[in-house]
Amino acid sequence: MSSRRLNRGAGLGLGIAMIWFSLLVLIPLAALVVKAAGGGLSTFGHVLTESETRDALLLTVRTSLIVTVLNVVLGTLIAWELVRDRPIRGAGVQEWLWGKVRVVIDLVIDIPFALPTIVAGLVLLSLYGPHSPLGLHWAPTTQKAILVAIAFVTLPFVVRTVQPVLEELDTDAEDAAASLGASRFTTLRRIVLPSVLPAILAGASLSFARGLSEYGSLVLLSSNSPHRTETVSVRLFAFIEQSNTQSAAALATVLLVVALLAIVVLDLVQRRVTRHG
Amino acid sequence: MGSALGRWSRRLLVVGYLFLLVLWPSWYVVKNTFAGGVGAFLDVLQMPEVTSALTVTAQVALLAVLINVVFGVGVSLLLVRFRFPGRRVLSALIDLPLSVSPVVVGLALMLVYSPVYGWFGRPLSSAGIQIVFATPGMVLATCFVTLPLVVREVVPVLEELGDDQEQAARSLGADGWQTFWRITVPGIRWALIYGLVLSLARALGEFGAVKVVSSRIAGQSMTATTLVEARSQFAPREAYALSFLLAFAGVVCLIIVALLRAQADRSNGENT
Repeated sequence: MSSRRLNRGAGLGLGIAMIWFSLLVLIPLAALVVKAAGGGLSTFGHVLTESETRDALLLTVRTSLIVTVLNVVLGTLIAWELVRDRPIRGAGVQEWLWGKVRVVIDLVIDIPFALPTIVAGLVLLSLYGPHSPLGLHWAPTTQKAILVAIAFVTLPFVVRTVQPVLEELDTDAEDAAASLGASRFTTLRRIVLPSVLPAILAGASLSFARGLSEYGSLVLLSSNSPHRTETVSVRLFAFIEQSNTQSAAALATVLLVVALLAIVVLDLVQRRVTRHG
Repeated sequence: MGSALGRWSRRLLVVGYLFLLVLWPSWYVVKNTFAGGVGAFLDVLQMPEVTSALTVTAQVALLAVLINVVFGVGVSLLLVRFRFPGRRVLSALIDLPLSVSPVVVGLALMLVYSPVYGWFGRPLSSAGIQIVFATPGMVLATCFVTLPLVVREVVPVLEELGDDQEQAARSLGADGWQTFWRITVPGIRWALIYGLVLSLARALGEFGAVKVVSSRIAGQSMTATTLVEARSQFAPREAYALSFLLAFAGVVCLIIVALLRAQADRSNGENT
């Protein structure tokens, strides 16, 4: 396919697009970094050593990590069930039922993407809040509520990155391994896992980054009390409300860097795995 | 495929997890919304603050989606059909908004457009132009978070289409506009509609970024999502009704997208 140099019309289009993109994204993000850097390193030190912000950061990173591990395990299992665990034909009503349940699961996975985050908070409040019919009064005062919220909003990432890879994967190699006497576990570990690992890690990095930045669902689901149930985004919002833009910019920059680091590290791991696979 | 016991415990684990995390809680919102019957639900929707919030959300979302479609198609064409310095950087930067926290988005926009301390906001404010704490700010925030959605859908389709037909049209004497409307747009229509619906779903539900840059006055500048937050404590009926509407719109968008995917797959199959 041939690509052309810019003619006059396309040049004009590029100019307009770049002005809009700059006004919308580039200049605001630059302003954020400039503001954060303007206070010097001491602002970062000040923000990060302040105990309330540090607790918020630690809580957010810890919860996001736990949820990411949960998503890696359960998300991969869900993707596996959706792709490989086909109902056995003519094996009774329970297999027929499983066929129907799989269709529902496939739809349910995307619900967290379709719901606005504030609605997600309200939704979870009904089952994990003060009026929980299960007696799970986690929200709004415990850290478990934050875990549930982040698990909800990040549910689709690992499932939706692993599912297409599993679908493309040929079962020939697995059948060959099995016919050569490999156990089910060995086949999974040596044949299937190397092929889907890059997808799992990609989903994990998306899930971690999203967990770090989650805000909307926590507004209703968490009491956001300092040192206990306050996450980074909530702390950041408080800085903005107080017009403490210096601290807000520093914390936002830290958040940006952590998210970027997560993406870069997982990208490196992914390349390594792909090369060895 | 393992023992029947193993198979059924895996199935049970998956179903149990999704039931507790998604299905059961979602069902409660439907139940709470219609606890007073359909009539009560419709009454809530006629309250002035609720209609105002829905109008604001619809206006902001539609404007943002419109801007996004124009920008998205233009940038996709530039990225795929032309060579220019900075092309790869632009392509990488377009995805950036997806990994930024909504509160960070709001803060970044405030630093530039706030009438008190913004780079451009102060001079604009003295000229009588209000960006933040007014509709333009909410549109900017919504555009920011939905920016990559159209581009990401249209670029791969444009790459796959190639430009043979466009060149043929031009060599037959069609001008740029004719080629664009008669050849390019029909070629990317499914990807375009798909990106548009995704943007619309995201735009209707945006909360964090919009909350930072709006003045949040009920009946005036509150969006549906910010009104849900404001009413959740003391007027749960309004909060539930609006939540149900937003969730319903989101799920409808989801279904449209799923149908379009199937449709696009089918028409691709016919073409090849």
